[in-house]
Amino acid sequence: MRCERVLGIEGTAWSLSAAIVGWDKVHAEASNPYIPEKGGIHPMAAAQHHSTYVGEVIRNVLDSGVDFDGVAFSQGPGLGPCLRTVATAARALSLAYDVPLIGVNHCVAHIEVGRWQTGCRDPVTLYVSGANSQVLAFRAGKYRIFGETLDIGVGNALDKFGRFLGLQHPGGPKIEALAREGKNYIPLPYVVKGMDLSFSGLMSAAKEASALHSREDVCFSLQENAFAMLVEVTERAMAHTGKDECLIAGGVGANSRLQSMLGEMCKARGARFYAPPRKYFGDNGSMIAYTGLLQLKHGMTISVEDSAVNTCFRPDDVEIPWL
Amino acid sequence: MAIEKRGAEAVVLIDEDKVIKTRMKKDYRIKELDERLRTERTRAEAKIMSEARKLGIPTPIIYDVGRFDLVMEVINGEPLKDVIDEERSRKAGVLVGKLHSGGIIHGDLTTSNMLVKGDRIYLIDFGLSFWDEMLESRGVDVHVYYQTIISSHREHEKLMAAFAEGYRSSFTKADEVLERVREIEYRGRYKTETP
Repeated sequence: MRCERVLGIEGTAWSLSAAIVGWDKVHAEASNPYIPEKGGIHPMAAAQHHSTYVGEVIRNVLDSGVDFDGVAFSQGPGLGPCLRTVATAARALSLAYDVPLIGVNHCVAHIEVGRWQTGCRDPVTLYVSGANSQVLAFRAGKYRIFGETLDIGVGNALDKFGRFLGLQHPGGPKIEALAREGKNYIPLPYVVKGMDLSFSGLMSAAKEASALHSREDVCFSLQENAFAMLVEVTERAMAHTGKDECLIAGGVGANSRLQSMLGEMCKARGARFYAPPRKYFGDNGSMIAYTGLLQLKHGMTISVEDSAVNTCFRPDDVEIPWL
Repeated sequence: MAIEKRGAEAVVLIDEDKVIKTRMKKDYRIKELDERLRTERTRAEAKIMSEARKLGIPTPIIYDVGRFDLVMEVINGEPLKDVIDEERSRKAGVLVGKLHSGGIIHGDLTTSNMLVKGDRIYLIDFGLSFWDEMLESRGVDVHVYYQTIISSHREHEKLMAAFAEGYRSSFTKADEVLERVREIEYRGRYKTETP
């Protein structure tokens, strides 16, 4: 069986994106993200958006004329209605082109596209997005979760605080810009329990602090606090596993302050820090296609009957035979 | 000759007559936050160690608490890891039961953090300890102990049973916690290469 290129579709939440990826490059990629007019992501509205545009997005990559040997889709974790919309499109494509169907774990895809793009081998990965905040590392055949948030993802905490300030979704990049103007650190709750993290109390405390302090100072303090928590747990996982590579993944990973903190931490321990090009931080079709390619090579395909989505799909449910 | 041990968070200097544990500065975080965390944690560790002593758990005596460092008694014992047997595992269970009854979670209950000296077992390194009465935290504590035993001792089943026996004898909610430990083992996230 040929295994040169895979068409992948991502649509776990706001992002709707498709790509055709080969071993050495992205041949075609098209996206049409759902951007709420106000408030955050409404699952049904996002799914409606995906079902309206998924045909057009796929058509765009098909128009490249590049053929493919399998169809991959993000099987979870994510918002149920969004996942089901994208899975339906993937099943139809797989049947129409008579190529294997590949269900990809969204978290694993973030790690794999990062390894692919940066050339790191066996890193401790800090995966930070709206929904997820996890510290992962490979051990005994799988990416194990060494630490994670006990409540909301760090990106969700930033977005919620951003909405509270009246900023449009997503709030993260706007908070980053405001934080650069901040000067004074306001003490906020620092919640690390063993290897796990909690952000919801921190977000509420930041809201309260904005009654008394400038928004620049609160954004600065919120970032410093939240990112120090993440870096601390990442460092602990590195010490525990003895790994000397650190990879950042997920939308919040694009934050330059978080990157510089991880870089400092790695420098102090004589480890190497890896960040992929900016376009691979947010959810994208290329990461699903590339991981699909790895899976196809190892025979990890599924039948349409067994392709139900899994909103709580854990990365450590997936065997990783290629590492 | 002093021995130096370096962890992710602190440097421990073991001298002849004292142990000095210093929390290191982390350049990645801003000074205000860095100093706040190091001071808070140093004080909390000292406090939790003395509370554990009051609960009847042997811990090193604290001689001095600085801003970022603790000066403690040296315990010239053998790590439980090297001398474990059923009786000692049972005794460790009794101590952890007492600790949990008192609302303390150790946070890093490996057999390297238990020192056997004479007929006493000392619990050391309370750097990750916290106050908590949640089933989950207690379960994870016991789970960590089980994991270290499973990964380094052939006789792990007997040692685990002995620990559970001791744990039950000193802690009324032991059964609930041990039930949760089984649940934690079945969860993907804590599964490791050990059988």
